[in-house]
Amino acid sequence: MNASELDQRVLQIFLSIAADVDPQQLQRDVPFRDQFDFDSMDTLNFAIGLHRTFGIEVPQTDYRELSSLGSTIAYVDRQLAAAHA
Amino acid sequence: MANEFRMPSLGPDMEAGTLVAWKVHPGDAVKRGDVVALVETDKGVIDVEIFATGTIEKLLVEPGTHVPVGTVLAQLKNGEASSEVPAPPAPASSPETVGAPQVTVHAAVQPPAARHQRISPAARVRAHALGLNVDSLRGTGPGGVITLDDVSKAGRANAKRANSPSEDQVHDMRRIIAKAMTRSKHEIPHYYLSIECCFSRAQGWLDQHNAAVAIEERLLPSALVLKAVALAARAMPEFNGFYKDEQFQAAADVHAGMAIAMRGGRLVAPAILNADRKPLAVIMSELRDLTTRVRSGHMRAAELALSTITITSLAEEGVDLLVPVIYPPQVAIVGCGSIVERPWIVDGLVQPARVMTITLAADHRVTDGRAGARFLRHVHDSLQSPEKL
Repeated sequence: MNASELDQRVLQIFLSIAADVDPQQLQRDVPFRDQFDFDSMDTLNFAIGLHRTFGIEVPQTDYRELSSLGSTIAYVDRQLAAAHA
Repeated sequence: MANEFRMPSLGPDMEAGTLVAWKVHPGDAVKRGDVVALVETDKGVIDVEIFATGTIEKLLVEPGTHVPVGTVLAQLKNGEASSEVPAPPAPASSPETVGAPQVTVHAAVQPPAARHQRISPAARVRAHALGLNVDSLRGTGPGGVITLDDVSKAGRANAKRANSPSEDQVHDMRRIIAKAMTRSKHEIPHYYLSIECCFSRAQGWLDQHNAAVAIEERLLPSALVLKAVALAARAMPEFNGFYKDEQFQAAADVHAGMAIAMRGGRLVAPAILNADRKPLAVIMSELRDLTTRVRSGHMRAAELALSTITITSLAEEGVDLLVPVIYPPQVAIVGCGSIVERPWIVDGLVQPARVMTITLAADHRVTDGRAGARFLRHVHDSLQSPEKL
């Protein structure tokens, strides 16, 4: 999977749990919470989506990595690389 | 009469609603709990279920029509559906729906669609997450298969309609909230009690639980608080019900409403039905499902109209204490502040502890402070034994 594929898939997962957010307005590196209401329920749903798509675990202690789209993509990238190492 | 389908009341202050779309056609067999129409209210677009089983005979109201609560929307012929196709047996694995036959609790797993609609597995999961009916989607993939992209587009269109409300809709919702809250403050003699609740044990239990179970089964603190409040409401029915016509009517079941903020700047409090009798895992999965559906515009009528007590939380907004306003005609509401680290004395020693301030607002016409104190103590004590919730 190349970088833009990964970006797209993470974005798709995000939009599946926050379908009311306009992807055109979404800023990649600004925390979700600074852009719109985003709570622990959204974070949990996001983590579940990432788990289902990529098979990664996303322990509770890693939730802070899911604070923005950019940080999430970087996190998934690291987890996938670690899994294949 | 069961052979008429009427505009439902989706809250004590709803006087009228707009029929947005029919989900059925004349001749369609329907059974209790099927979503048959979309109705727009100040709270957004709501999926409305039918409470009768039969065949749709005639649709009497055109989409786009604004009609008062109680208006007959469709006529049914009864009994035909069951003579042709035997009703599917109730799933044995969902005891949590027992006692609430009039509503459909959105199950964690979508039953197979009646008609065969080709859809990719990922798209099916997504459609379920968004609360979309697979049969209503159009596929653009090879051979008309519904793709993930089709589902995403439908989801966004839906969400836009429901959650990017027009100025009028926001204005209407503010008007409804204004009316309910003014009525509450005008009519209900509130009294308020709060308790500092040590959440360390609950948090420790949650952390351990969440590390041990599959990711889909992880719990959030709100599920524990909701269950604890529901148990207190069952133990003390004078906090669970409605004040109508100058007297209190206790509700037979505990339907715990959870205030959920919609990203469009609106607020609704759909209910977890029979929350006192559901295991935490079921409450959590319903809370997740409700939040997703509220935010993507797929609330169900029964969930909105039925709350017998409400829980509201600003735990993630950094406030210590939330003093809530009762949602009439209910008689109690519980507010939760943030879980903060505080010095706490245990056996004469100061220790750091996780502490949540829980506040009860209750109707003084129905209960007194002493009863309220017992109610809060009940909630507090339940949270000290999270494994028993």
